[in-house]
Amino acid sequence: MTESIVYVRDRFLQQEKPPASEKSAYAWIRNNLFASWKDSILTIIAITAIVLYVPKALNWLFFSAVWTGTDRVACLTVEQGGQLPAGWSGACWAYVNDRFVQFMFGSYPRDELWRPLLVLAMFVALLVPFLMPKVPRKGLNALLLLVVFPIVSFFLLIGGVFGLRHVETSLWGGLMVTLIISFVGIVSSLPIGILLALGRRSSMPILKTACVVFIELIRGVPLITVLFMASVLLPLFLEPGNNIDKFLRALIGVSIFASAYMAEVIRGGLQAIPKGQYEAADALGLNYFHKMTFIVLPQAIKLVIPGIVNTFIGMFKDTSLVTIISMYDLLGIVKASFGDSGWITPVTPLTGLIFAGFTFWIFCFGMSRYSAFIERRLDKSHKR
Amino acid sequence: MAKKIVTALVGAAVLGLGATAAQADTLSDVKAKGFVQCGVNGSNLAGFGAQDSAGNWAGLDIDICKAVAAAVFGDATKVKFTPLSAKDRFPALQSGEIDLLARNTTWSVSRDSQLGFDFRAVNYYDGQGFMVKKELGVKSALELSGASVCVQSGTTTELNLADYFRSNNMDFKPVVFEAQDEADAAYNAGRCDAYTTDASGLYSIRLKMANPDDHMVLPEIISKEPLGPAVRQNDSKWFDIVTWSHYAMVAAEEFGITTANVEEMKKSANPDIKRFLGEEADSTIGADLGLPKDWAVQIIKAVGNYGESFERNVGEGSPLKIARGLNGLWTKGGLQYAPPIR
Amino acid sequence: MALADARTGSGEPPKVSLLYNPALRSVVYQVVTLVVIIAAVWYAWNNVVQNLARANMTAGFGFLNSRAGFDLAQTLISYSSDSTYFRALQVGLLNTLVVAAAGIVTATIVGLLVGVGRLSHNWLVARLCTVYVEVFRNIPPLLVIFFWYLGVLALLPSIRTIFQHLKEDPDAVFFISNRGIYMPAPVFGEGFGVVFVALLIGIVAAIAFTIWANARQRATGQRPPVLWVNLALIVLLPLAVFIVMGQPLTLDYAVPGSFNMKGGMVIGPEFLALYLALSLYTASFIAEIVRAGIRGVSHGQSEASYALGLRPGQATRLVVLPQALRIIIPPLTSQYLNLIKNSSLAVAVGYADLVAVGGTILNQSGKSIEIISIWMLIYVSISLITSLFMNWFNAKMALVER
Repeated sequence: MTESIVYVRDRFLQQEKPPASEKSAYAWIRNNLFASWKDSILTIIAITAIVLYVPKALNWLFFSAVWTGTDRVACLTVEQGGQLPAGWSGACWAYVNDRFVQFMFGSYPRDELWRPLLVLAMFVALLVPFLMPKVPRKGLNALLLLVVFPIVSFFLLIGGVFGLRHVETSLWGGLMVTLIISFVGIVSSLPIGILLALGRRSSMPILKTACVVFIELIRGVPLITVLFMASVLLPLFLEPGNNIDKFLRALIGVSIFASAYMAEVIRGGLQAIPKGQYEAADALGLNYFHKMTFIVLPQAIKLVIPGIVNTFIGMFKDTSLVTIISMYDLLGIVKASFGDSGWITPVTPLTGLIFAGFTFWIFCFGMSRYSAFIERRLDKSHKR
Repeated sequence: MAKKIVTALVGAAVLGLGATAAQADTLSDVKAKGFVQCGVNGSNLAGFGAQDSAGNWAGLDIDICKAVAAAVFGDATKVKFTPLSAKDRFPALQSGEIDLLARNTTWSVSRDSQLGFDFRAVNYYDGQGFMVKKELGVKSALELSGASVCVQSGTTTELNLADYFRSNNMDFKPVVFEAQDEADAAYNAGRCDAYTTDASGLYSIRLKMANPDDHMVLPEIISKEPLGPAVRQNDSKWFDIVTWSHYAMVAAEEFGITTANVEEMKKSANPDIKRFLGEEADSTIGADLGLPKDWAVQIIKAVGNYGESFERNVGEGSPLKIARGLNGLWTKGGLQYAPPIR
Repeated sequence: MALADARTGSGEPPKVSLLYNPALRSVVYQVVTLVVIIAAVWYAWNNVVQNLARANMTAGFGFLNSRAGFDLAQTLISYSSDSTYFRALQVGLLNTLVVAAAGIVTATIVGLLVGVGRLSHNWLVARLCTVYVEVFRNIPPLLVIFFWYLGVLALLPSIRTIFQHLKEDPDAVFFISNRGIYMPAPVFGEGFGVVFVALLIGIVAAIAFTIWANARQRATGQRPPVLWVNLALIVLLPLAVFIVMGQPLTLDYAVPGSFNMKGGMVIGPEFLALYLALSLYTASFIAEIVRAGIRGVSHGQSEASYALGLRPGQATRLVVLPQALRIIIPPLTSQYLNLIKNSSLAVAVGYADLVAVGGTILNQSGKSIEIISIWMLIYVSISLITSLFMNWFNAKMALVER
């Protein structure tokens, strides 16, 4: 019976390559760019736009840009009083180069710049391990980053102790201020946000009402009005003759605003925790504080990490609004430099804004990538 | 809960940044904290309040702040500057954030009464004017009907502008900006035909333009703008010090006392000068003001007399090159006049 | 004490210290909260009164009736420097609403297109849409406003160039300059009211016809030609009336004045910068919401509708979209609210919105508490009204699910 049956093949055929019409570059192009006549039209429009604008943009940004120079003459055309050919237009990176230290640190005394740089180094050294899920000792790291680091940097930046020169906050500026405001906003909004969210979910009517009113009031108004309130009304609300630092007022405004948003994100997490978890904690005889810190909050916060990071991104972008209450964050200082007679040219504003925009973009994009990474990781851990 | 947190936060932060609660008496408050907090122009108005790239302040308004510090402490460096926008300046003074507002602020009756400030000394007699591009061919502000005018919001300038065009039956399109540097940039970019602010400001802004010679300031002055330091109302002691710090500078010019010759002048035989410089044996002028005896000497040493300060900041010694004009001494056809110091 | 007595009296219920009585604790906590809030408010109020007295100022809204004295650049209702502060605030509020409404419409359209584009099978289109979303989502809106205002609109041809251009081409009616976009303004002649009424009638009739057509379709399975009939009602009817009435509409063209164009209609660069920035910034978020919404509808839904014989357009319109909308609406609402709130950035470019006008008044009158309360009150009301409307819309949409 081992006789082979003639009409049944007993050996596989040689595998063949897929037909050229399905796997070649041509096929990819046909399937992804010209699948139907509508697609073809869209593709052609898109390609035309790219061919028309991308080389122009690259040319403006890099190839015809001015990279070196000491004042605006470097970026002016012949008819404007410079030496570049008539009709020239391009980025004036020489200006960004000239102002770079100011864009980063504002008017912070130049011989004291090691202080913000040291703070930055500490920040990076603490943040990087904190963000990497594999590195152990998260608790200690968090303590260092969120409690010890702010205190040390505060004294390091403002000085006046240990023989450090006192540097007033009115001298601070640039990216440094943007980062400080957003960091303080982030660090203070988390605990306040958690308390507000717990208050809002509490069964005590007065507490609940107070939290709801606060959250909805702050979320209902633009950040500008909160900043105006912090900068104009706060001094009126305190003891006559008080003198709160302007920088501090902006910090308070941003923190209040961020807390209200953070509270709503955390509340989302709290609502997603099944009731059984609360009941189990009650059954174990845990009190409210233990129930929340050991059972509910760890799960809830883990669930909403992407939302928290998104709130951070929003806050980072929102710090640019302090420009309006005349403080000089990155955007503010870049904009203020447009009026500087040393660098007034038609291309200065665009160059400065592109620089500021790119800097903001790097930070926000980085954060959103990180959020996506965490989201994927959390997804995995939930699938068994 | 929320309020509690906010209050706690504010409280902690107040402690952290060393805020001080003050009494209604600004002088003792200033003496207690050891410096004068002075509100100045935050948008780099050359000649009045501007910061160089190293962060040092200079200008006519800066000098009045320094003069007050010199008078109180004998040390002109004991002053801190708070850069303010037109919008922040009044709340800052009202709330006590600053002790003294020297931010090219016009003395007007509503500010004196309604806003609750006190003005007396005028460190610059100004008036509102217009600047245009020469290529427009405009020779007078009366030819500006239909023009777009750049103006900074929340200033008396904005009100005068509306009144001027209204009273001359002309129409205009206001282009309003929050900060002066935004208005500068917009004017420079051709967003508006004319730029209006105090004439002194126009000269300083003209310097910032890509090509200052392309712009001209029109002859019309449409308002009176006496600019001077302001303090909170009902604090006459502090008010006196600020006022007389300015008059001391003017008196010094009247007497011919300068930074260079002040030590020499102490030996002068002129009883007026001796009294002024605190060299008279039983002089109580300084003490009555709540100041040291040699307060005037300290002011002159720190910032010079009014003429010196003027020339250095806005006059021939500066890029602005503004003529003394109304700001000359009364003996030379100007309005600067110091009441007798005796 | 009654509780304690009961405990010692019978030995039941189990011994619970008064300290651990949940009801009592709750009361205590709340009383403490209330006391703290009242103390804080009282403290603040007391200080406000003292501070105001110290500054010799009064509080109250009476100042709203004083003469404003300043002019505004963009006014939709009549306003001059003789009007009151109150009128100025009205102008500001209207400007806020206009830019917010225009922004919402544009942002929704652009966001929808980009969101669908990101899901497109066309590789290039999908990539371009992704780039758009990732760029605009990660830049502060204020920077986008400055980008348009200082980086783009300020570099447009100057008004002088336009004058030159007009000498060469006197028939041009539409100009783009760094002072804004000039175009002819419609001037409604006598009898245009009738055309307007005809338009209203057309719209009402079209709605009625659609309802009837839907009922008929359900009853008989026949679908009347809704699109064509509606087009005729909305376009042809008013057009016919317009011609019958003798075309009571003329155009007012912009002509060169001494400094600016005279007449016509102009859209200023302040409005344009704000409008473009708000629309494009918010559109990037809406695109993501739309994408998530469409992907949230299971694939089986569209496959099932194809199996039932619906055409792709019908499947999208009748099956996928109603379900996607349920996912889309809640986050969309918060984006609309964000756009409205972000419109307050107008102050940065001098567009006379509520915050900009309020800020000027604050500075002229020194009434900071009053102005900031007015701002907060108005923004909170706008937010509440928008939320209520969107909740209603959401509830209506949710019914489709059954």
